[in-house]
Formats: sequence, C-alpha cells, structure tokens
Amino acid sequence: MADVVVEHGRVARTASAHKRTGLHNALKRKSTVAFFLTLPLILLIALFVLYPALFSIHLATLNKSMQKFVGFGNFTFLFKRETFWMVVKQSCIFAVTAVFFKALIGFIVAHFVHNIPAKGQRKWRGMLLVPWVIPPAMSTLAWLWLFDPSYSAFNYTLSFFGIGPINWLGDAAWARFSVILVNVWYGAPFFLIMYLAALKSVPDQLYEAAAIDGANWWQKIWYVTLPMMRNIIAITTLFSLIVTFANFDIVRILTSGGPLDQTQIFATYAFRVGIESNDIPLGASVSLFMVPILAVAAIFILRDVNKRGNES
Amino acid sequence: MADVSLRKVIKRYDDVEAVRGIDLDISDHEFIVLVGPSGCGKSTTLRMIAGLEDITDGDIMIGGDVVNDVPPKDRDIAMVFQNYALYPHMTVAENMSFGLRLKHYPKAEIKARVTEAARLLDITDLIDRKPKQLSGGQRQRVAMGRAIVRNPKVFLFDEPLSNLDAKLRVQMRIEIKKVHQKVRTTTVYVTHDQVEAMTLADRVVVMNKGRIEQIGTPNELYHKPATRFVAGFIGSPAMNFIPCRLEDVGGALQIRLTDRIAFALPPARATRYNALPRTDKLLLGLRPEHLTESHAHLGPGVETFDTVLDVTEPMGMETLVYFGLDGTPVCGRVDPNAGAKDGAPMRLAMDLNNMHLLNEDTGVVL
Repeated sequence: MADVVVEHGRVARTASAHKRTGLHNALKRKSTVAFFLTLPLILLIALFVLYPALFSIHLATLNKSMQKFVGFGNFTFLFKRETFWMVVKQSCIFAVTAVFFKALIGFIVAHFVHNIPAKGQRKWRGMLLVPWVIPPAMSTLAWLWLFDPSYSAFNYTLSFFGIGPINWLGDAAWARFSVILVNVWYGAPFFLIMYLAALKSVPDQLYEAAAIDGANWWQKIWYVTLPMMRNIIAITTLFSLIVTFANFDIVRILTSGGPLDQTQIFATYAFRVGIESNDIPLGASVSLFMVPILAVAAIFILRDVNKRGNES
Repeated sequence: MADVSLRKVIKRYDDVEAVRGIDLDISDHEFIVLVGPSGCGKSTTLRMIAGLEDITDGDIMIGGDVVNDVPPKDRDIAMVFQNYALYPHMTVAENMSFGLRLKHYPKAEIKARVTEAARLLDITDLIDRKPKQLSGGQRQRVAMGRAIVRNPKVFLFDEPLSNLDAKLRVQMRIEIKKVHQKVRTTTVYVTHDQVEAMTLADRVVVMNKGRIEQIGTPNELYHKPATRFVAGFIGSPAMNFIPCRLEDVGGALQIRLTDRIAFALPPARATRYNALPRTDKLLLGLRPEHLTESHAHLGPGVETFDTVLDVTEPMGMETLVYFGLDGTPVCGRVDPNAGAKDGAPMRLAMDLNNMHLLNEDTGVVL
C-alpha cells in the first residue's frame, strides 16, 4: 500500500514538473540558445541585405516608369545591347587583373614585411596599410591629379625621359590601366595584412625541415608556404573579387566610365542607366547580373576550403 | 656516415653568449646525447651542427670538411624536430619522400626507400594518411622515417620525445635505440631528460650555461661525475649533498657531518683525501641508493646512524625516505619491507665506499 502511494506521488510530481519546465528545457537546448543569440544579426541581415536584394529583384521585373511588370524584359533588352556585353567583359578583366596583382603584390610585400625584425615591423605594417585606410573617394582624387594629362606629376617625371605626355584617362587602354592601378594600390594592403597573418601562422620548423630536406627559397614557397596558405588565399581572393567586382568609387571618380564607356564596370554602368538615365529597373537588372558570375566564382574558389580546413 | 667535430664553437646573440667555446669529437656510428637544463645551449649547438644557426666563432666539421658556411641542405644531415615539423598537407609517404623528390631521385628508388623505412618503423599501414590523422607516437615515427629515407651522414634529434606522454616516451626511446642499432648512423640527440640521455647514449655530453661540464659514458657520468652540476643532474632522485668537514682523530681521517654524526673514512678514501686542507668547506656527495636501511651484515666502510624520517614515498620496488641532517634535506632508498614510516625513527646505513667529496666553493669533485 505504501509503495503505491509513493509511486503515485512521483508520477504526479513528474507531470507537473514537465509542464513547468517546457520553456526551460527549450532554452537549455543549445540550438535554441544559439538561435536567440544570433537573432539580432539575422534581423539586421534581413533588413539590410535580404530586403534590398528581394526589392531589387522586384525592381528588375518592372518597366522604366515602374508601373508595369515586364518579367525578364529588362534582361532581354540588356542582352541585345553591345555596351552591356562590353561592361561584362570589362568588369571581368578589371576584377580578375586587379585581384591578381593585389594578391601578387600583397604576397611579395608580406614576405618582405615578415622578414623585417619584429622591432621595426609595426612601423612598416602601419605605413603599408595607409592606402587601405584612406577613404578611397579622397585618395582617388589625389590619383586624379597625378593622372592629369597636362600638369601632372607622372607626365612631368616622364618628360625627363622623353616620354609622353600620356593621356592617362583619355586613352581607352591607358584609362583601363590607370583604373586597375589605383584599385591595386588601394586593395593590395588588405592582401598584405591577410597574408602576413597567414605567414606568421606557418611554424618556422616547417621551413627548417624543408631547408634540411634540401629545398631552396622557391621550393620553400611552392611546397610549404603556398599549401599552408591555400585557404587564406582562396578566401581573400573570393572576398576581394566580390568587392572589386562591385567597385564604384574609383572608376566613377577617375573616368566616370569613359572614354566612350570603355572603363565602365557593373556598378558604374548600373549607376549610369539607373540613376543618370532614370531607368531604375534597368539599373537593377545590370547589378543583378553580377550575382550569377560571382556565384560561379565562389563555388569554384571555395570548393576545397572545407576539405582542406579539416586536414591542417 | 661520418664523424662530427666541434672546435671552440661559440654562439653569441647580441650580448648573450649562448654557447661558450665547445670542443667535441663524435666518432662515426656513435650515439651522442647532449643533455642539460633549458638554456644550457644544447639545442643551439645542435642547430649549429644542422646549419640552422650561424656560428659566431670556431669550426664545425662533418666527415672532415669544415661546414661553417655550408647551407643545411648541403650538409647531408637529417633532423627530427620536437614538434615533428611534418608537412600537414602531405601524406606520410609524401612527407618521407620530400627530400628525395627535391633531389630528383628515380621514382622506383624513392618508393623502395620509403617502403623500407616504413617497414623498419612499423608504419606501413599509415603511408597514405595525413599527419592530422596520426597519433603523437605515429607522427614521431614518420618524422624519424623522413630522416631515415635520406640515408644521411648524421641524424640530429631535437628533444624528439618531449611531446609524448610518459609511457609512450619509454616505448619510443627503445624504438630509437633499435633503429640506431640497425642503421648505425652517427647521431646527435638533444634532451633535457637525463634518463633519456643515460638510456640512449654511447656517450653523454652534459652541458651547463653554454659550456660542456663533462663528456663520458652513462656509467662514467653516474659513478665518476666531475662536478657538482653533473653529480646532481645525472641520477634520479638526485645525489645528496651534505655539508661536512675532515677531521684527524687518533691518526685516522674521519668525516664529520653533524655534531653528533662522524664516520671514519674507509682506508682507500682516507688515502685519497688525506692531502686535503682540513679547513676547506666540503660536501659529501652520496646517491640515495647508498643510504639504505641498516641490516645485520654490514660490510667495511658502511656506517650506521639513527635519524627520524620526515616523509616516506613507497615506490613499490623500493621506498624513498626523506630526513634532515642539520637542516640539509637528505634522501635514502630503503627496502619496502624495512618498516619505514612518516615521522618514525629509523636506523640507516651510509655506504662510504661510494661517497664523493666535493669542494663546496668550486663545485669540483675531489
């Protein structure tokens, strides 16, 4: 009899405890807590990324006066325009060339800085970061003066060697070169700092082991440094590719896309057709066209990062 | 394979002298262990032999050739690092063959050498794995394999076992010894662990503060230490150092440890120490195993005394007893059945036939 009473009491207690702790248990689950902790960020992203993205997709399906739904009409219109394909080509050339040289210069300079004794290194790191920390709109103005065809420092210096004057921003080839040069100057410090961090994380003993194994400096870079930095290289390249692809300020200030749209890239072209020519849906369509190109690049670059991340 | 010689080798960093003029001759096939506390210059010496550190002064010779300015890759050496330094993106086989591939060995020969080394080290099954998938002991084997496949003139080991747990360390120690017995390559091995030094070495080089304190076989160092540093460093538990002085009592020489305790020296020792000035501050050096329980059949030169134990440590095969002699802590080793208890009085025996006498000021064993 006593047994039954005890049993009865326990069952009742457990049931009420269950009810009371339903929320408590949910909070105890790690995934729930994680969700609530990230909720503010999720809301921010939804508000500032998701909403504008969806809205621009919506915009891209409207006609110029934004009154009528035209489906893929804007895109079919763009695909027939020679200028648009030129912009696609130029954006790709611009982004790929600029990212390549940013990465190359960043890699080389990172090695130099890495080999400076720790004492003087901070000073050099600080100085080399300057291009990256100046607002690009300001620094590009300085470049604009340097590129001036008549009284610029560049042409003045070149005149001593009997070269020039070069029409830096007026000639299509030179204008493309100049735009890429300024972008490389602005973006290389980002690679420098990322590569420097990656270099510092490679254990010295790997280089010593390689030295004893008979590797020369080039083989050390090829067989030790590069494989050890592969993930950082992949991620910085992708990140920079996205940012460079969407670059606006440098091209806008230096050439405004000219001469004859020959330095026009996605962002400046979208601005030209969307804002300056008052066809916002067409501008939205231009900028949306970046998405598939970058998505392909992202898949291509990131495909091994996860696997490699597990091995080192 | 080759012999290695160091002639007055000095290494100076800015204002710190890490290695202060070392002379060392290592003969072909020999297994030499450099041992000493951290900061004694042993790793620096090894790295100078490897060519990873420049030498400030002196000469290093491998196989009779001065290699002071020869880069590591041309010294024909192989090195095993403390943290193994395996290339994380390469498989075991690729790690082991890296040096050979750089030297453009034929593929068949590389494969043969890697297979042979893997067999020797019992890592044949791991050949396609990445270092991340290996345990500490397995990584250690791969690091050794990488050294073996090169078939170098000299093996250099830089504290290779210090990242392993105690049990694995003992196992790998034996493994290293076996490998050396098979390949017979001249080996220089650095460690701070005197047990490793004693068990592995043909000859041990004890270093302290950038200098060599003593070079000798493990037994020589243990039984005939030259200095207080060597005497205290080699052996565990360490040798006891008890302040003492010599006295002449009725024509015989005796050693006084405390006001209460003084023993006549055995004849051989008395003759050896007779010339010493009686005023010198001396230390009696006695290993714990020469301080045992007193039993019925004590030989000549073994003296007994009574003391009160502070602490006892039963180790199973023996019990360590700690007590004080005029404030100097002393450790002895007694039979586990001798009835040693914390805080209990005990009669102990001191074997003066194995004593050492040291000058307290100079630290030299007399």
